[in-house]
Amino acid sequence: MEFQGGSSPVTKSGDDIGVPMDDVREHLVVVGNGMAGCRAVEELLARDPARYRVTIFGAEPHVNYNRIMLSPVLAGEKTFQDIIINDRAWYDDHGITLITSDPVSAIDRARKTVTSLSGRTIGYDRLLIATGSDPFIIPVPGKDLPGVISFRDMKDVDAMLDAANRGGDAVVIGGGLLGLEAAHGLTLRGMKVTVLHIMPTLMERQLDEAAAWLLKSALEGRGQTILTGADTAEIYGNGKVEGVRLKDGREIPASLVVMAVGIRPSVALARDAGLDVGRGIKVDDHMVTSDAAILAVGECVEHDGNVYGLVAPLWDMCRSLADGLTDQHSGYKGSVTSTKLKVAGLDVFSAGDFSGGEGCEDIVLRDASRGIYKRVVVKDDKVVGAVLYGDTADGGWYFELLKRGDNVADIRDLLIFGQAFASGGGALDPKAAVAALSDDAEICGCNGVSKGQVVACIEKGACSLDAVRAGCKASASCGSCTGLVENILALTLGDEVQSGPKTMCKCTSFSHDDVRREIVAQDMRSIPEVMQKLHWSTPDGCSSCRPALNYYLLCALPGVYVDDQQSRFVNERMHANIQKDGTYSVVPRMWGGLTNPRELRAIADVVEKYDAPMVKVTGGQRLDIFGIRKEDLPAVWADLNAAGMVSGHAYGKSLRTVKTCVGSEWCRFGTQDSTGLGVKTERMTWGSWMPHKFKIAVSGCPRNCAEATIKDFGIVCVDSGYELHVGGNGGIHVRVTDLLCKVATEQEALDYCAAFTQLYREEARYLERTAPWIERVGIDYVKQRIVEDDAGREALRARFLFSQQFMQDDPWAERAAGVHSDLHRPLSPISIAAE
Amino acid sequence: MTDWIDIGTLADIPQRGARTVHIGGPKEIAVFRTGDDQIFALVNECPHKKGPLSQGIVHGHSVACPLHNWNIALKSGEAQGEDKGCTPTIAVKQEDGRIWIAQPEMAKVAA
Repeated sequence: MEFQGGSSPVTKSGDDIGVPMDDVREHLVVVGNGMAGCRAVEELLARDPARYRVTIFGAEPHVNYNRIMLSPVLAGEKTFQDIIINDRAWYDDHGITLITSDPVSAIDRARKTVTSLSGRTIGYDRLLIATGSDPFIIPVPGKDLPGVISFRDMKDVDAMLDAANRGGDAVVIGGGLLGLEAAHGLTLRGMKVTVLHIMPTLMERQLDEAAAWLLKSALEGRGQTILTGADTAEIYGNGKVEGVRLKDGREIPASLVVMAVGIRPSVALARDAGLDVGRGIKVDDHMVTSDAAILAVGECVEHDGNVYGLVAPLWDMCRSLADGLTDQHSGYKGSVTSTKLKVAGLDVFSAGDFSGGEGCEDIVLRDASRGIYKRVVVKDDKVVGAVLYGDTADGGWYFELLKRGDNVADIRDLLIFGQAFASGGGALDPKAAVAALSDDAEICGCNGVSKGQVVACIEKGACSLDAVRAGCKASASCGSCTGLVENILALTLGDEVQSGPKTMCKCTSFSHDDVRREIVAQDMRSIPEVMQKLHWSTPDGCSSCRPALNYYLLCALPGVYVDDQQSRFVNERMHANIQKDGTYSVVPRMWGGLTNPRELRAIADVVEKYDAPMVKVTGGQRLDIFGIRKEDLPAVWADLNAAGMVSGHAYGKSLRTVKTCVGSEWCRFGTQDSTGLGVKTERMTWGSWMPHKFKIAVSGCPRNCAEATIKDFGIVCVDSGYELHVGGNGGIHVRVTDLLCKVATEQEALDYCAAFTQLYREEARYLERTAPWIERVGIDYVKQRIVEDDAGREALRARFLFSQQFMQDDPWAERAAGVHSDLHRPLSPISIAAE
Repeated sequence: MTDWIDIGTLADIPQRGARTVHIGGPKEIAVFRTGDDQIFALVNECPHKKGPLSQGIVHGHSVACPLHNWNIALKSGEAQGEDKGCTPTIAVKQEDGRIWIAQPEMAKVAA
């Protein structure tokens, strides 16, 4: 298998390229590397992977991507990587030759060869034309000016992003789906957008007047200008676009004009080759053209008088085509289409005929304040059309009723309220609603996968969402059907659904464990290096992965890695806890819960001096000062430092407090000096960053007044020594600790504590508390590492103490001394311009 | 006519970070510097619960609000994903090595 780039043509005139001499299989040449062409090949491979040798020509420089997802790319919600359907490995694995950036320019039917723009000529046994559509360019003066573009491929998206970066005004000509998506993306990218639509209402082919009006108001609410009945006379500008002039004389200035008025089947190649062409390339039920050796599929074809511009019919065509190519002729019977769309983030659905007419009755539900509009058109007790705006959840159900032609007389009263009501209660449970769907109900609109196909895929062994995505592609594109697929999994498998390791976040396909392993294995030293080497799909990550990477690097490289402040959550960056009003709360450390008059005076003084509205005793035995302004934090810390107090790290994914009871020194039941041990433990562990917050407690006897058995690490003193408990949690899900072991001396208790803390630091995933971590790996594993492996425990302890050398600097002290003072001060404008 | 105010240099704002500035209007302004050294300015309030956006994590051309992790597009001020809402934007430009911010109408009226 090889790739042929457009720049280096390898041509043997009249012959095939790079073909082993002994490959005698029929050669299928596909013209078009888009959704239809590649889907046809996928369907073919699924039926008979070895039957044809396949070569695909693509005009674009890319592998096969999901064209309907260009809008999210424009809007910045996805990257190009996210919308790739088949990556290079797919072509490799199936021995497909891909020729990119080189469109086929001629077909010689007599010699059975195609010739590309760069001059390659190769022979075919079967030829598949999947050239799709061309954007329609309205023939007005100025249509060729630089700055006038269409919205069809990745190149157009790049051009729009370029223009958006320069800012300014944009005009989108066309108020259909494509135009509105372009307008939405450009608005999000900061441009001021005007949409020109020649018809009186937006999306008139999919929406009735009422729904279109709701859509228009919603878009105007987002700052777009929508002009309907707007007929473009001219695009004007000197050397580049400067604006659009309408036939009524109005002028709209713009530095970018996107023409999105419609698409036309791309038929030039077929017409030049002498094939029968009407509006599209004419095909029979097996997608064969007027030449028996040439097939065609997708938006470029005309079948039975119909031309389709939606994705669902394309999947149907590809199935029939592949059946034909493998001699299992099924025959395409045309498609009934429905449209379920997110236009600029607004849900829109339509299906069938909603133009009304004789014998048609409308059932309408309007809820203008919630922005919901539903209209179902019924004729002779059957659903013939539906338009939904704002809430499209029942779209699939109406579409099924329509396709099946069910008699709806009995449920007519409740029809408009949706499936849950009309089918009588029960179906309010989403699983029941999914169970009620028929096998041919469409689940994944992006990839044309029916419920029956998802169930078949699960029954063949796919036990997780990822496996279903890999197996039948359901939920593999936009993901909006993920909930449905999960419900089908649950229904089909009962409790056997597996949840595979989750990826770290949307920026990467790696899991937390993978990333951590690779950081160590490849000795990575910075966040940008990790993102580069592990192919992050975003330029600088997101608010989920950046703090995790910062922690993993910090843990792997103590003393070496330079902490990235901008990858820390605000609390860890400001060393205080942000409150709902934007002020901060400040908690100084009180070792083991002990304090003295000097500390209490300093706290009292701070409260008065900075007018703190509240002081509260925390659950961790210390005092929390509320309502401190960002600007005052360094001064507050300086005052607290002066009384000998340091940061309590009450804000961090770090060691929080060590809670104690009074122990044998005072308590008549106390068995050991729990307070003293608590202070020692806190002195050893304070300042260490962790995957999540970490709390310790030491109780002086089994009465457990310090609540050590719901802490991450708890010590319960007994007459004969110290019981060590791990993995407790007092949060939403209260979890009592597991007993790790019992030790005889204070020093052992401290050593085990250090080793356990380091094991957690090194092996738990970021934001995983000890409780879920231990439930995941099992207490036996922890015992094996800490209790049974003496050398291992000692090594863990040594690594913890080594790391602590670099952690135990009071972050407040350096801030109080002026480090990062800019973070606490606003910028100072040089001048405020006068009137 | 836009009046531009000189608020400092690129180096005054941490990369992938933000500073606040008061320019006479009723609200504090957050000035962001992205990883690719572009500058954006928004009113320092999340459209959700008015969280101080200047304290959020800046990633790409978005900022995650520190209170409830809403992601706000820096260029448009729009909440992203499923969240709905918009924070007002303020024009900024980089010129002659300085950062300039447009004085809002509100501020002019107040002046």
